[in-house]
Amino acid sequence: MSKSNFSRRGVLKTGAIAGAGLALPTYLRADGHSGFTNAPQGDTVKIGFNVPQTGPYAEEGLDELRAQELAVEHLNGMGDGGMLNTFSEKNLDGTGILGKKVEFVTGDTQTKSDVARASAQSMIQKDGCIMINGGSSSGVAVAVQGLCQEAGVIFMAGLTHSNDTTGKDRKANGFRHFFNGYMSGAALGPVLENEYGNERRAYHLTADYNWGWTQQESIQAATEAIGWQTAETVLTPVGAGDFSSYIAPVLNSGADTLILNHYGGDMVNSLTQAVQFGLRDKQVNGKDFTIIVPLYSELMAAGAGSNIQGVFGSMNWNWQLQDEGTKAFVKSFGEKYGFPPSNAAHTCYVQTLLYADAVTRAGTFNPCGVVEALEDFDFDGMGNGPTTYRGADHQCFKDVLVMKGKENPTNQYDTLEIVEVTPRAQVEYAADHPMFGGAEASLGDCNPGA
Amino acid sequence: MLGLNSRDLKLFLLVVAMTMLAPILLNPFPADSALGESFNAGYPALLQRFVIFGLLVIGFNILFGLTGYLSFGHAAFLGVGSYAAVWMFKLLSYNVIPAIILSVIVAGIFSVVIGYVALRRSGIYFSILTLAFAQMMYAIAYSDLVGKFLGTIVTNGETGLQVYADDPQILASPGDPVLPHLFGLEMNAQTVLAVGGWEFTFQFGYYLSALVMLAGFYLSIRIFRSPFGMMLRAIKSNQTRMSYTGLDTKPYMLAAFVISGCYAGLAGGLMSSMDPLTGGERMFWTASGEIVVMSILGGVGTLIGPVLGAGLIKYLENIISKINDGILHQWFAFMPDWLDNLLVTIIHPFVGKGWHLTLGLLFMAVVIFLPGGLMQLGEKIAALFGRKTKSDDDAKTGATEPAE
Amino acid sequence: MDVILVQILNGLDKGAAYALIALGLTLIFGTLGVVNFAHGALFMIGAFCAVTMQRFLNLSQTVIDETQTDFLGNPLKVEVPYVQSWFGEAAGAAIQDWSVPLSILLVIPVMLFVGWAMERGLIKHFYKRPHADQILVTFGLAIVIGEIIKAFYGANPIQTPMPSAFIGTIDLGTWLGMDPGAVAYPMWRMVYFFFAAAVIAAVFAFLQFTTFGMVVRAGMADRETVGMLGIDIDKRFTLMFGLAACVAGLAGMMYAPILSPHYNIGMDFLVLSFVVVVVGGMGSLPGAVLAGFVLGILQSFASMNEVKAILPGIDQIIIYLVAIIILLTRPRGLMGRKGVMEE
Repeated sequence: MSKSNFSRRGVLKTGAIAGAGLALPTYLRADGHSGFTNAPQGDTVKIGFNVPQTGPYAEEGLDELRAQELAVEHLNGMGDGGMLNTFSEKNLDGTGILGKKVEFVTGDTQTKSDVARASAQSMIQKDGCIMINGGSSSGVAVAVQGLCQEAGVIFMAGLTHSNDTTGKDRKANGFRHFFNGYMSGAALGPVLENEYGNERRAYHLTADYNWGWTQQESIQAATEAIGWQTAETVLTPVGAGDFSSYIAPVLNSGADTLILNHYGGDMVNSLTQAVQFGLRDKQVNGKDFTIIVPLYSELMAAGAGSNIQGVFGSMNWNWQLQDEGTKAFVKSFGEKYGFPPSNAAHTCYVQTLLYADAVTRAGTFNPCGVVEALEDFDFDGMGNGPTTYRGADHQCFKDVLVMKGKENPTNQYDTLEIVEVTPRAQVEYAADHPMFGGAEASLGDCNPGA
Repeated sequence: MLGLNSRDLKLFLLVVAMTMLAPILLNPFPADSALGESFNAGYPALLQRFVIFGLLVIGFNILFGLTGYLSFGHAAFLGVGSYAAVWMFKLLSYNVIPAIILSVIVAGIFSVVIGYVALRRSGIYFSILTLAFAQMMYAIAYSDLVGKFLGTIVTNGETGLQVYADDPQILASPGDPVLPHLFGLEMNAQTVLAVGGWEFTFQFGYYLSALVMLAGFYLSIRIFRSPFGMMLRAIKSNQTRMSYTGLDTKPYMLAAFVISGCYAGLAGGLMSSMDPLTGGERMFWTASGEIVVMSILGGVGTLIGPVLGAGLIKYLENIISKINDGILHQWFAFMPDWLDNLLVTIIHPFVGKGWHLTLGLLFMAVVIFLPGGLMQLGEKIAALFGRKTKSDDDAKTGATEPAE
Repeated sequence: MDVILVQILNGLDKGAAYALIALGLTLIFGTLGVVNFAHGALFMIGAFCAVTMQRFLNLSQTVIDETQTDFLGNPLKVEVPYVQSWFGEAAGAAIQDWSVPLSILLVIPVMLFVGWAMERGLIKHFYKRPHADQILVTFGLAIVIGEIIKAFYGANPIQTPMPSAFIGTIDLGTWLGMDPGAVAYPMWRMVYFFFAAAVIAAVFAFLQFTTFGMVVRAGMADRETVGMLGIDIDKRFTLMFGLAACVAGLAGMMYAPILSPHYNIGMDFLVLSFVVVVVGGMGSLPGAVLAGFVLGILQSFASMNEVKAILPGIDQIIIYLVAIIILLTRPRGLMGRKGVMEE
């Protein structure tokens, strides 16, 4: 990989010398007249990939980074073009964005809000990034989204599943392609009804932080809607490690279903330990005991090994889909890195292309122009079928995948199978839905900075 | 002058000059050069962190450096200070003055209570008591246990406390900025000076933090040199003997603990003023550990050492973690391909996602080769350049105190 | 009743893990006086020995199977483990199945070596240095070890299954005349508990009944006097360090099936183990074990829904709350000796 030595600042330098070294008293460095933060100068544009590279979600973050690099290659006309060939919009022609070559910087969020904001600030203030993309946690997404709103750049969220990101914490400069807790519930509900009937008693174990709370709320509503009872909802400390004292009471609670609102390492441990406690071998109320993990990810499924076999969950996207967009993306990613992409990687890749396309259609890098171009934008060919970016809350609406742990995996990537592609209509909700901040939630105004 | 002796005055003026000129000094490379894009640290967000963490460890040093009591829960005071400041933004207005004042008061109250309890034990028992308090406060903030108990939002859990448009803000008038400001002057107001290929950004928020830090630094010099400071050092060298003289050491210890906690609260208030969102992880034990590590890395008990330690760690965290393979190839682009690839392969494990490795190796190297922390490196360099008599003198009687 | 009983079992199990880690830590920290922030890393190395053993036993040769395809549509490569081609399919599979217990063969030499290398190469030079320096150097070491493990194994948790013979639960309730299924407890957790008890007993016996142990105990009490008797106490302390590393490694190895190992697992246990050691009292081995079990059981009880209904979130702070109460009522923890690390 090599980079051009031309940069925005090269031109800036010339301009500054021409201007006899005048001080430029604006927030926008040399481009106050262009009216927005970090307006690209010269023939390059810089975007920031802010992902966890250390800490519990490091693998997921690094997978996002691989996809983001791939997206930049495709935008700059290298490689096979991936989803550019299947995307319903044909504005991107491999010459970068608006004729400017795309450069990127990377940062480490450590999955901590403070660090993620520090990293994003450095991308905005030092590197002159016009857009920030990536992340693997809702807390971080909300924090960075707020920062981008204040600074006047666009935030294209990565993996974030909490209702809050496009609910009560929605921001005009932030966009989420990933699905959310409500959609998981709406998609899982009918499948669970078919599979397990209407008379189940569910026991929730929920990670005690915002994502866990919103997911539990959503799943509980969805299961109660199909007639299930909720036996108990128990909050568990994040990173508890040993969940035995939370799992043991499930056995005698009269519940016949355990719902694990956990993600990452917590999910791997709680699921493994629940299986060790023999929950899945039990019969309660004349039914086989069952476990559900509402939010799946390939990397965590691999961590849980054989314990996920037959366990239902949901995903934003999976590499096994057979549409043209997915096939194109899996092919370019697989050929470059030797394994299939995760759904975190997919969402970051798509977000990067969507941003580039929106800029092209708007004809400007001005965040307000981009926001306008993305709002209520319909597209297809990105692996999720026909998709809409809703203007009211900047949430993507598309089909949701209901997954099941595969009973007889044939290779190490073959851990999950697609049970159903839930049509988009079934997971839609009103923008002022009470789980999403109700009528009070507002995007605010788009902020171009300065 | 200023009630300082000449050595301290020189040090203080040096620190003043360095902080005032930091936006220039820390941008040694032209902005568009490969080195500048990688190593320049003179952008406002990082400069703010340098001085705020500097202030934090200056306060920590008053406790640990003078008394030898190792608090392993100091980040808790940083956290409560931050929360107090954001609550002021939510309730009153975005003006930073009430926020900063309240953050010091709240941290002070917490440190009186925790200090009163923890100081009943010494040594490792004291450290674990402070750790236990901080971990409890972390858990309470991260899952908003108090908020759940009261049925409202107190810390807003893991997402972090932030200001929403529908917050009361009773003192805010319609024309006020919607970001933290000082009587209308926004924290992120800034001026950019372009000189040749260099770009220097002077930001109001940074200078406000820097002034607060300098005030804190001045106060800490005065404390180090005061009879109170002498008393603390006497307690450190032999507490039992001090008690035999009939002196009750407890009030002195508590005073040091509270002062130190107030510094942390002030740092927290400033942090929220620069960036009005605060989360519980700021109080996690690793954050407290980081404060301890910064102090030791720089040189415990020295006036300026801990600040250097804080700066170095924040520099690594923000600069080394952003270097990726693409940037490495850019550095070595002038070399033949095989050499380029070889160098990138060698450096790769230490940068980007591997920056923790660099950090760990650095800790070990410093403590093995420089038992006095970074300050000792400074002394060695000074000695090398032949300022022997004077600087040695400085080091022994002025700046450096034995660690324990 | 059965609920209480299960929580006691959980507490004993958790406590066994805490006690094992604290036991190793207190040998180094409570007796040698070295604040060892790398102790969690030793636990992690033990867990990764189990992972390594499993990987080693699953080393395979690749055979291309033309009849199946992989995700890109190329012919599928089928892996045949070497162990199975050497020992025959059944015996090979059995060896693979028992990889976690078998990794004891790896853990003991590796941990002895790591402990020896750490003490001789690093810690030896820090006995007389301030605790602050010990913290920094061992913390640095812990980070470096973690990063090396991450470079080889990645950051994700790695599933490390127990032998299939131990999958499933034991119905303890029926032994006590309860209904079947009332107290069903995972077999591996029982194994872990008894394993931990055996290791603890072995360490105590070793220190109590061997000359070596006697010298070490004397050395802990008064290092200088023992040195003056012409006994090379340093050499014995090196071995102590190896022993402590072994105990931590064994704790990690056997815990791997319960808690999937990842590179940061040591840091997760680090703070907790310090709390356990200090609550037990500095310089006291029985204290560390006792504190481990006390805190484990209390945490299990605090996690019960009935308790959480009264005090929400109590399970998250119970350990620290109890630590504060104990340290305030008993100045040197449960069984601490006077004068150890009180300066």
